[in-house]
Amino acid sequence: MRARVLIRPKAGILDPQGQAVERALPALGFDGVRNVHVGRLVELDVEDPGQLPAMCEQLLANPLIEDYEIHGGEIHGAAARS
Amino acid sequence: MSRHKELGLTDAEHERIVALIQREPNDVELAMFSLMWSEHCGYKHSRKLLQTLPTDGPRVVLGPGENAGAVDVGGGLSCAFKVESHNHPSAVEPFQGAATGVGGILRDVFAVGARPIAVLDSLRFGEPGESARSRYLLEHAVAGIGHYGNSIGVATVGGEIYFESAYEQNCLVNAMCLGLIETEKLIRSAAAGAGNVVLLFGARTGRDGIGGASVLASAELGDEDAAKRPTVQIGDPFEESKLLECSLELLGRGLLVALQDLGAAGLTSSSAEMAAKGDVGIDLDISKVPLREAGMEPFEIMISESQERMLCIVEPERVQAVLDVCARWDVLATAIGVVTGSGRLRVLDGERVAGDLPVPALVDECPAYDLAPAPPARPLYPAPARSLDDGADPRATLLALLGSANLASRRPVFEQYDCIVGSRTARRPDQADAAVLMLDANGGRRRPALAVSIDGNGRRVACDPYRGAVEAVLECSANLACVGADPLGLTNCLNFGNPEKPHIAWQFSRAVAGLGDACRALGIPVVGGNVSLYNEGGEGPILPTPVVGMVGELPDAVRAGRLGFAQRGDAVALIAARGWAPARAGSELAKLRGEPLEGELPAADLGELRAVHAAIRQAVRSGALHSAHDVAEGGVAVALAECCVAGGVGADVTVDTSEESLFGEGPGAFVVSGPRDAFAAFGSAVTVIGAVGGRELRIAGALTVAVDELAAAHADGLVQLLG
Amino acid sequence: MKFGVIQFPGSCDERDALAAASRVGEAVLLWHRDHDLQGADAVIVPGGFSYGDYLRAGALARFSPIMTEVERFARHGGLVLGICNGFQVLCEAGLLPGALLPNVSLRFVCRQVLLDVVNADTSWTRACEPGDQLSIPAKHQTGRYWAPDPVLDELEANGQVVLRYATGNGFNGAARDIAGVSNHAGNVVGLMPHPEHAVDPLTGSADGLRLFESAALVAV
Repeated sequence: MRARVLIRPKAGILDPQGQAVERALPALGFDGVRNVHVGRLVELDVEDPGQLPAMCEQLLANPLIEDYEIHGGEIHGAAARS
Repeated sequence: MSRHKELGLTDAEHERIVALIQREPNDVELAMFSLMWSEHCGYKHSRKLLQTLPTDGPRVVLGPGENAGAVDVGGGLSCAFKVESHNHPSAVEPFQGAATGVGGILRDVFAVGARPIAVLDSLRFGEPGESARSRYLLEHAVAGIGHYGNSIGVATVGGEIYFESAYEQNCLVNAMCLGLIETEKLIRSAAAGAGNVVLLFGARTGRDGIGGASVLASAELGDEDAAKRPTVQIGDPFEESKLLECSLELLGRGLLVALQDLGAAGLTSSSAEMAAKGDVGIDLDISKVPLREAGMEPFEIMISESQERMLCIVEPERVQAVLDVCARWDVLATAIGVVTGSGRLRVLDGERVAGDLPVPALVDECPAYDLAPAPPARPLYPAPARSLDDGADPRATLLALLGSANLASRRPVFEQYDCIVGSRTARRPDQADAAVLMLDANGGRRRPALAVSIDGNGRRVACDPYRGAVEAVLECSANLACVGADPLGLTNCLNFGNPEKPHIAWQFSRAVAGLGDACRALGIPVVGGNVSLYNEGGEGPILPTPVVGMVGELPDAVRAGRLGFAQRGDAVALIAARGWAPARAGSELAKLRGEPLEGELPAADLGELRAVHAAIRQAVRSGALHSAHDVAEGGVAVALAECCVAGGVGADVTVDTSEESLFGEGPGAFVVSGPRDAFAAFGSAVTVIGAVGGRELRIAGALTVAVDELAAAHADGLVQLLG
Repeated sequence: MKFGVIQFPGSCDERDALAAASRVGEAVLLWHRDHDLQGADAVIVPGGFSYGDYLRAGALARFSPIMTEVERFARHGGLVLGICNGFQVLCEAGLLPGALLPNVSLRFVCRQVLLDVVNADTSWTRACEPGDQLSIPAKHQTGRYWAPDPVLDELEANGQVVLRYATGNGFNGAARDIAGVSNHAGNVVGLMPHPEHAVDPLTGSADGLRLFESAALVAV
């Protein structure tokens, strides 16, 4: 099964990459953009999707500073941690 | 359009190919010829000129023609070094173009068995104040260089950046690398021994850079370059770090007959050149090449420019040992061919023969063209935009120059580079006129060291290609002298426009003549280099830009010179050759005033300058001088200001206050400081002009500026532009 | 006194650390795939870009076989110093609190900085006095130290803040200008600046030597 894990910086932690993108967009003529955050996407074929949360906790994300969302297969919606 | 024309070959070249191989080349073979006979690989318009450069010297261990040149640096060690361009890819994708430029030059150095110890970069872009695109290119090229150099752990210790509108459409990214090796362990790239195995190791092969050498480096860039985006190579410094350690271990264990890196034209050029140098043949089975993408055609595999790959020749009984070393470093390694006695490069796809060419046809028989030089009938470059009024007084002029894009502090750039990894760096950027690297990081009482500088000035070469090129060599030698180093050898990157145009051919041939004459007069051999032609677009050619990288030696890094004034009370002196004649032509002041590029550059008495450089070098080595700084762009006033800013202290001096004397440019002058009796050795060349002290730079009758104000103007210049 | 310096694929400053440690005692390289600390009294996790900084800096290195030994060694009180990427590895491994985030400027910066010694009692700062200032180069793109405020308060209270950037010297936006921290027991220290590049006046400063000398002071 093909899973997608979205990883983003935890709310409240300064995200200078997100800020840089947010500043750059109006300069290109795109207005009304707020709350930009830049993260990571990990895509993988897994035999056992039940292992995905543990993979996120142990390797794919750093739970101290990142939140993650798992998408795909039997796991619907967010398994987001805060 | 015929197939060969699409690939960049002329009708005459196509006919020559048919005559050489006695038939029409098939598609794979035509692709191979188009790359090997491209300007970038074949040096068609430059080979004859390059043969006029002096390449011999008592310290030369490897001359031009190998992956890198090398000079003996004593203690059983040699320094391998070279400079290369990655101009066209950087214009298309500056981060990856600059990054892979660094990757490529690193591979050239470790391909001869030397461990890279330093990188320098010479960059040129359009005017940042006028062009968002140039700011973008600068920012991303610098980020790319930092990304690659920092990640692989080789110190970036120096460089230069120039901004001129003539580079707007054609930026220049030249990367230089130096490495160290025990002299007797230097390895060459000639394949040898029929029956020996041809082994490919490193990254998998994908479609990166397909047609790069022929598409990007051998043609003018126009509006279609957005469509060339897919051909830019993507670099992976982590992969290269493993490749580097793996290669050095293989060489250290004596497991290789020959080694070559894969650069422009990929497998085709590496295998052809290895075979040509060894006067042998090579059979390659492309079905054995590990691929990153499915369904690659034979010609794609042969011309792919995927990065971080090396080719080696191994005796059959050593292959397993080689595979074991590669496995230890987690580097993919595959036997893909065999050396033969046939003198032919055969491309096999399993059983099927996809291509079969005589090696000499690909390499030695590549045509070398004569140029048809003629001086330009009218000015080639529009006058720059004026940014300084005629009425500006010397104080305002000095501040304007210090804050200008070409002279402002490069700290915002060099701080993005790791300049200390390896623990050899005795002089960091902006501490001295050249970088200084100790030969042994853990040395004893005496610390022998290398010094290195990279220099060139396109505006001055545009004024006078011969004298401008002479000045580039003198500038490097002067910078080395200021740290106490004796030049050992030189590498050059010759960046010019379209050589088929007579005025460009004129710039090119005059510059090479100047380069050669300066090298001969100073006794500095050329050990290798690179040529980048066709740097022009719809708006015209780049300024003719021969870039020189020079390596020198000094006996003790403890005595390496510094550029900043050091001690209150020290005397300040101007050391100048008799023939020193600073002038407005081609100067930064002329540029700020919006003056057209014209006028005569001063002639250089090379014999006298050689002696002056030697005197500076000796005085620095003896410890007599507390600071030494070569007078270059911006003239004496700017040099004095730079010494004050670097030293954090002022000076009170008296010099000729004519505009030429204060801001004019020309080789042969140095600003030095030290105790008064330090200058005795210079005889009539020295004029004591004042003393170090206070918190202002005062040039009697001309200007008084607080050092803080000079420092602020200097520090802010580029920061404003980089954002 | 024997130092072991870990070498991961992509490490850059391991030879520098080896050379620096050799000025104070014996020093050996420890290969990432081995399970043997070779009797080291102190382990150094060096700077660089281990595993290409893939996924997150230090995220993959922490799982290498040698790190299982380092973790056991640390939990038994062994001396461990994490420098730059090494600091990132130790945080990922949970041997040190907090995490390192991208510099606020998003740029790599290589610059000589002054550090205030806050805690001179850890195994790696014993040769210093509180309030000493050390001139040491920093060179990184991901050095902004961060932990939740309650954790930071606890670190301050416990004396686990070991080094701070002196006023005006911080450039990465680290919380409370923290340059280096220790674990509760003080045997594991991580810092972003590079003491191994400050052991020779000819390359800028010899202040970094004191961290290696500190480790050697600890009776074996």
